[in-house]
Amino acid sequence: MTPKRKQKLFVILGLVSLAAIAIGLTLYALRSNINLFFSPIQIAAGEAPIDRQIRAGGMVKEGSVTRNRDSLDVEFVVTDFVEDLAVRYSGILPDLFREGQGVVVVGRLTEEGVLRADEVLARHDENYMPTEVAEALEAAGYSPADYGVKLD
Amino acid sequence: MLIQMIPEIGHFALILALLMALVQALMPLAGAATRRPLWMAYARPMAAGQFGFVLLAFLCLSASYLLDDFSVANVANNSNSLLPWYYKVSAVWGNHEGSMLLWILMLAGWSFAVACFSRDLPEAMLARVLGIMGLISIGFLAFILITSNPFERLLPNVPGDGADLNPLLQDFGLIIHPPTLYMGYVGFSVVFAFAIAALLGGRLDAAWTRWARPWTNIAWAFLTVGIALGSWWAYYELGWGGWWFWDPVENASLLPWLAGTALIHSLAVTEKRGAFKSWTVLLAISTFSLSLLGTFLVRSGVLTSVHAFANDPSRGFFILMLLGVTVGLSLLVFALRAPRVSHAVGFNWLSRDALLLINNILLIIMTVTVLLGTVYPLLLDALGMGKISVGPPYFNALFVPLTVVLCLFMGLGPVSRWKRMATGELWRRLALAGLAALVIGILAPLLYGGEWNLWVSLGLVSALWLVLPILRDLYDKSRKTGLRRLSLAYWGMVLGHLGVAVTIVGVAVVSNYSVERNVRLAPGDSVQVAGYEFAMTDLQARRGPNFLADTATFEVRREGATRSFTMAPEKRLYLARGMPMTQVALRPGLFRDLYVAMGEDLEDGSWAIRIQYKPFVRWLWLGGLLMAAGGVLAVADRRYRRRRATAPAGKEALA
Repeated sequence: MTPKRKQKLFVILGLVSLAAIAIGLTLYALRSNINLFFSPIQIAAGEAPIDRQIRAGGMVKEGSVTRNRDSLDVEFVVTDFVEDLAVRYSGILPDLFREGQGVVVVGRLTEEGVLRADEVLARHDENYMPTEVAEALEAAGYSPADYGVKLD
Repeated sequence: MLIQMIPEIGHFALILALLMALVQALMPLAGAATRRPLWMAYARPMAAGQFGFVLLAFLCLSASYLLDDFSVANVANNSNSLLPWYYKVSAVWGNHEGSMLLWILMLAGWSFAVACFSRDLPEAMLARVLGIMGLISIGFLAFILITSNPFERLLPNVPGDGADLNPLLQDFGLIIHPPTLYMGYVGFSVVFAFAIAALLGGRLDAAWTRWARPWTNIAWAFLTVGIALGSWWAYYELGWGGWWFWDPVENASLLPWLAGTALIHSLAVTEKRGAFKSWTVLLAISTFSLSLLGTFLVRSGVLTSVHAFANDPSRGFFILMLLGVTVGLSLLVFALRAPRVSHAVGFNWLSRDALLLINNILLIIMTVTVLLGTVYPLLLDALGMGKISVGPPYFNALFVPLTVVLCLFMGLGPVSRWKRMATGELWRRLALAGLAALVIGILAPLLYGGEWNLWVSLGLVSALWLVLPILRDLYDKSRKTGLRRLSLAYWGMVLGHLGVAVTIVGVAVVSNYSVERNVRLAPGDSVQVAGYEFAMTDLQARRGPNFLADTATFEVRREGATRSFTMAPEKRLYLARGMPMTQVALRPGLFRDLYVAMGEDLEDGSWAIRIQYKPFVRWLWLGGLLMAAGGVLAVADRRYRRRRATAPAGKEALA
């Protein structure tokens, strides 16, 4: 082998092994950092893991939002019109958080089936229902159109 | 009469632009292949004509916005007669159709610029470059005409007033962020076209890199500023002080930036040493492909975000096809022609060549990790394998260590020599700087806050490791040859690397030393945050031009200081859409920002208020501006201004 070829071989070998390491690390990091989405139906059926970060979503049930009088703790119910999911959160809710609107919450499920939210996301648009929720509803045999919401 | 026809004129201009793009693409490419100078000569005038008509279409749409022509669907959906004029103009690109038109305007503008500023380019090369840019134009003009016509009318039921621009977008950021970002995105089409032209022509030499480098640098500088502006906008607009969320839309802009950064460095090696030729070409193709991917992600509606306007699946499909065809064809050309242009050049493992190779590999690994994290959820979803989201922990876990490793090699790069250098020499040049970086980096957090933090120290050491060897190098050079003799390209590199260091300091400090308090406050209450006293003195309602607002007034005083200043955050309700918005109050500074945002009305006279102390946050964007300035400065270098006299005119490879 000429020195040039040898060098080329080293470059290629180095590249391949680096890429392999990178992809391995990436997949590892992906596995431990992905958040699966669950609808209230799935959570009620016990499909969601306890005490692992998950995403859940649905519509904020009318009349379910209660604020603590002297702190920033808030409780509300997220529903897909079939099952309900109680959510506890401490902090400031996003501008477009309103009863009857779609939200996605990121947090952990407790033993009692309450979701302790770290993050509450509401989209910057009116009449919005999260696509995940709409699809989960359809999968459960309900038509999102029945609830008078516009799909994304 | 003419005024009422403005939308039709615009539509017609777009069709003419498409026809001209067809000619601009086909004639010169065919001419270059068959060596017909007359056919090749079509390139320049067609590029100019296409630009003229696209500009006319753009002006027509802007005029429709300014004249409140609500018979145009696009205007009716995104504007309102109460909107101030500058938002009417920027509302043009605050929606899917208009932003695609801006995209095309940029593309035509870059083509026109190439036509104007490449007088010393061989005719065949220019013909190919403009021909390829014409091909891209055809794709996007067809896209806008077939799926997203901005001039569609709402006749005969013309609405009385428009639905208003999304209040989130009614901000200075909208005026400046999208155009800058698009300039960057689309700018990479130039180097892409140059790369394909080189492959087609079988000529890739130092002269080629001298033509391609300035275009790449300028596009990269625009993209850098665009990303920095986006981050700054998100920081103050969204109301929670985040400057980077690893949102897929942000990643979409970061991907071409990372690949473009690799490209800039690889071009340097290709110019100086004639090495890495096929790699450079591949990077040019990848960078523009990633720009297209970004456009696809943002514009197709596969992502739900503030940026995603389009909901029509046929649009997403069209862009995906464009992306597929562009990537597929260019990789095909690459596979067939790359062996012709490349030739191996030997180098030692301890040399600038090798260091730049490592830099490239690291940047590509970073690109791939970000790409995987961004696309993986979409792929799983498309394959019906479940809905997942990949959060910031993934990106931080991979990006932060990779950046540290990148910095390690980046510090070595500027002080090393091309081809080979002695270990002893490198060691002598770096030992002191390395030691100083380590000591200062570890001690500085103690001086600053008293609380030592590993990540801040790591960030500071990395940043100093980038800066100190360059300072040492400058000192050596000033004694040997004098600073005046240094080229502008060198100063551009210094500034660019300095910018990276500044950004790293900003990221490290603001991520670890920020203070955030969410509190419940009523007028008369006060709270202490990070050595400042925030006293809420007043709460009032007021009326703006197109919104109602609750305004809180805060008297803010530094502990121990007598002077105070006021901060007045607002919660606005925009009337046309009934949409609430948080208007934060900022007290910016080079070393810290104070940030007050109103959360929610708690209905008993008190409000949930978010107060934040953000040290060094300005450094994030300052670094970005420095990097961009470095990129532009390098373009001003003398060697890019040399006229044709030095380019071997006889060697015009028409092959």
